[in-house]
Amino acid sequence: MSKSSAPQIMRQGKLAPFLYLLPALSILFVFVLYPTINTIGLSLQNRDSTASAATTCVDGEPCWGIFENYRYALTNEMNFNSFGDFVSSFLSSSYGNNLKWMLLMVSGTVTIGLVMAVLTDRIRYEKLAKAIIFLPMAISFVGAGIIWGFVYDYNTGGTQTGLLNSIVTSLGGEPVAFMSTQPINTGALIVVGIWIWSGFCMTILAAALSGVPTEILEAARVDGANEWAVFWRIMLPMIMPTVVVVITVMVINVLKIFDIVYVMSGGNFGTEVMANRMYTEMYVNFNTGRGTAIAVILIIIVLPFMWLNVKRFQEQEAIR
Amino acid sequence: MRGHRFWSWLQSLPRHIVIIGICIIWLIPAIGLFVTSMRHRQDVNETGWWTIFSQPQGTSEYTQYCGECHGSAGDAITEVELFDPELIGSFTRSIQLRALLNREINGGLHVPEDARPDDQQLADILDHLKRESGITQRPRITYRNYQDALVGYRGTTSYAEDCAAGTQPTYYSCTFEDYFNERGMGRAFLNSLLVSIPATIIPLLFAATAAYAFAWLDFRGRFVLFALLVGLQIIPLQMVLIPISRIYADLGLNGTFFGVWLFHTGFGLPYAIFLTTVFIAALPRDLFESAYLDGASHWTAFWKLALPLSAPALASLAIFQFLWVWNDLLVALVYLGGTKPVLTYQISNLVTSLGGGWHLLTAAAFISMALPLAVFLLLQRYFVRGLLAGSVKG
Repeated sequence: MSKSSAPQIMRQGKLAPFLYLLPALSILFVFVLYPTINTIGLSLQNRDSTASAATTCVDGEPCWGIFENYRYALTNEMNFNSFGDFVSSFLSSSYGNNLKWMLLMVSGTVTIGLVMAVLTDRIRYEKLAKAIIFLPMAISFVGAGIIWGFVYDYNTGGTQTGLLNSIVTSLGGEPVAFMSTQPINTGALIVVGIWIWSGFCMTILAAALSGVPTEILEAARVDGANEWAVFWRIMLPMIMPTVVVVITVMVINVLKIFDIVYVMSGGNFGTEVMANRMYTEMYVNFNTGRGTAIAVILIIIVLPFMWLNVKRFQEQEAIR
Repeated sequence: MRGHRFWSWLQSLPRHIVIIGICIIWLIPAIGLFVTSMRHRQDVNETGWWTIFSQPQGTSEYTQYCGECHGSAGDAITEVELFDPELIGSFTRSIQLRALLNREINGGLHVPEDARPDDQQLADILDHLKRESGITQRPRITYRNYQDALVGYRGTTSYAEDCAAGTQPTYYSCTFEDYFNERGMGRAFLNSLLVSIPATIIPLLFAATAAYAFAWLDFRGRFVLFALLVGLQIIPLQMVLIPISRIYADLGLNGTFFGVWLFHTGFGLPYAIFLTTVFIAALPRDLFESAYLDGASHWTAFWKLALPLSAPALASLAIFQFLWVWNDLLVALVYLGGTKPVLTYQISNLVTSLGGGWHLLTAAAFISMALPLAVFLLLQRYFVRGLLAGSVKG
C-alpha cells in the first residue's frame, strides 16, 4: 500500500469505505478470527466440550489440570521409562517424524532446487528442464501419493509390479514393504514431498540467481576463480536472503504436511505427523479437546516461521 | 577450432548428465502412472508397467518351444491350427497341454523330453495361445480403466463387459447417466468444478473491493486494519476446522458447497487482499484523479479502472486459488466428505477401500490431474507467478 493518502478530490461518505470492506471483514471475522479464539477455548475442555479438560484426569495418572489435553498431546506418544526409551519413542512420535520431515525435506528440496537452478541457467533446454521439475507442483498431494504409492508398491508373492521393488529384486535383493517398514517408510514419504516441492524452490532460487550481476561473476572468472569457487564465494552469499525465505516457506509447509501421510500410510507404522494426528483425534476419535490441543501446539510451532516469512515477504514487496 | 569446441562440450557433459538424470527421475513415476492407467487390469496386476514396451508374456516361450514346427502364426501344420479359438477353448488349464506333449505323433514323441517347457512356461504359452486366438480380450492399451473410474466401477470385471453381459449392479443403468453417479470420478470432477470456480471468484471479488478501499479511500485506521487483515495469513487452516464444523452443524451447512465456498473465501482473503492492494495502489494516481474530476463515482472507478487494470495480478491470483481449492483434500474431507465427493476425496477413498486396484487408482489420479496439467501447460507464466506469490499462504 502506498504511504501517501488517497486523493482528496473525490468526496466520500463516512460509510463508503466500510461498505467496500464489509464482505471481506465479516468473512474474515467469522471464518478466521472467531474460530481461532474458539479453538484455544475448546482445547481446554473435554472431548465434547461439555466440561473443563481437568475433569478427564484419571486418578493415579499424571494430570495437568485444565491443560490435560496438552499433557495428552505432548506426552502420550512418549515413553519415559528411561532416557533411551524416551529418545526412541520420540523419534517415532508425530513430533519426531515432523522433525525428520523438516530436516530431510527442507534440505532435500533446497539442495535439488539450488542445483537445478544453477545448472540449468542459460542452457538450451532450460525451459523444458525447469518445467519438468516444476510439474509436480500442479498436481494434488493426493495424486502425487498415488503416483508414488505405485512406485513403492509391494507384493507379498509373485512378480513385483512396483518399480522400486522390481529394481530391488532384479538386483537380487529381497522386496521391501516400503510403507510398513520403519524407518524406511517415513523416508519414502519424504521423497514424495521432495518430488513435489523441489520445483518451487528451484524457481524462486533461479529468479534470485538471475539478479546476480553477470559482471561480478565474469570478473571472478577472469581472475581465475573456478566454477566451484564462483558458486560458493559469490553466488550463494548473494542469494542467501532468498535461500532463507525459501527455507522458512518450506519449514511451514513441512510442519503442516497432511495429505501425503493421510493418503499413503494413514499415519500407521510409525509415520504419524502432527497434522494427521490432529485429524485423527478430531474426526476419527471425535475428541475435540485433544484435537484442538494438537492444533494449538502445531500453530505455536509454526507461528515464529510464519511471522518471519510474512515480514520478509512484505519487505520484499515494499522494495518492488 | 573444432577441437576446442569438442573440449568445451566434454567439459559441460557432466552438467547435462546431472540435469537430464534428475529430469528423468522426476518424470518416471508420472510416466508409470500414465502408462498403467492405459493397461488392461489383469496386465496391471501381473506385470510391471515397463513391460508394455516389450513382448507380452508367453510370446518368447511360444517361439522357443512351439514356433519351430507350428510357425509364428500357429498355422504351419495345417491339420492343427493353434490359433483356432475352438481348439484352444477346449483347454482350460495348462496341465491339459502337458498330456499332449507326451502323445506320440508320426511315430515319435510330440515334443522330445529334453525340450519341454516347465509348468510356468506352459501356462505362459497357453496365455499366448488364448490371446492370439482371441479367447482372452486383453488389448495392450485400453481406455476401459478411465471408463471404470468415471463411473466408479469397483468390481473385478469392467463396466463395459458387465453392461454388455447385463450383469452390472442394479444402480448402474448402462446409460450416459452412469457417468454422473455418486461413486464415480465423473461426478467428482463436476463437484470439484462446482467447488473450485465460486471458491475462486468470491474471494477475488471481495479482496478487490477491500483492496480498492485500502488503496483509494481515506478512512481512520486504514493502516492498522490493513496490517491486521494481512497478518491473518499466519493462521493455518487446521486451527479453525473444528469451530467452523460446529457453526456449520448448527446452520446445516455441513455437506454443502456453500459452506466450502465460504471457508475457502475466508482462507483465500488475507493473502488476496494483500496482493491486490499492493497492485491497485501502484496504479497511476493521475488516472484516478482525472476520473474523479470527470465525475466518476468510486464504484465506477472501481469497476471501470481498478478492476480491469489489475487483471494480470488477479489472473495469477485466480490460478493460484483455483488450484489450491482443486487440489485440497483436508477441507473437502471435513466439510463435504461423502455427501458431495470431490476428486481428491474420491481418490483417497479408493485408496482406503480398494487397496491395490491400481488400474482404477491410476486412471482416477490422472483424471484429477488433467485440468491442473492443462492449466500448467497453457498458462505456465501466470501459474508460476501465482504459486510463487502465494507461497506464504496458510
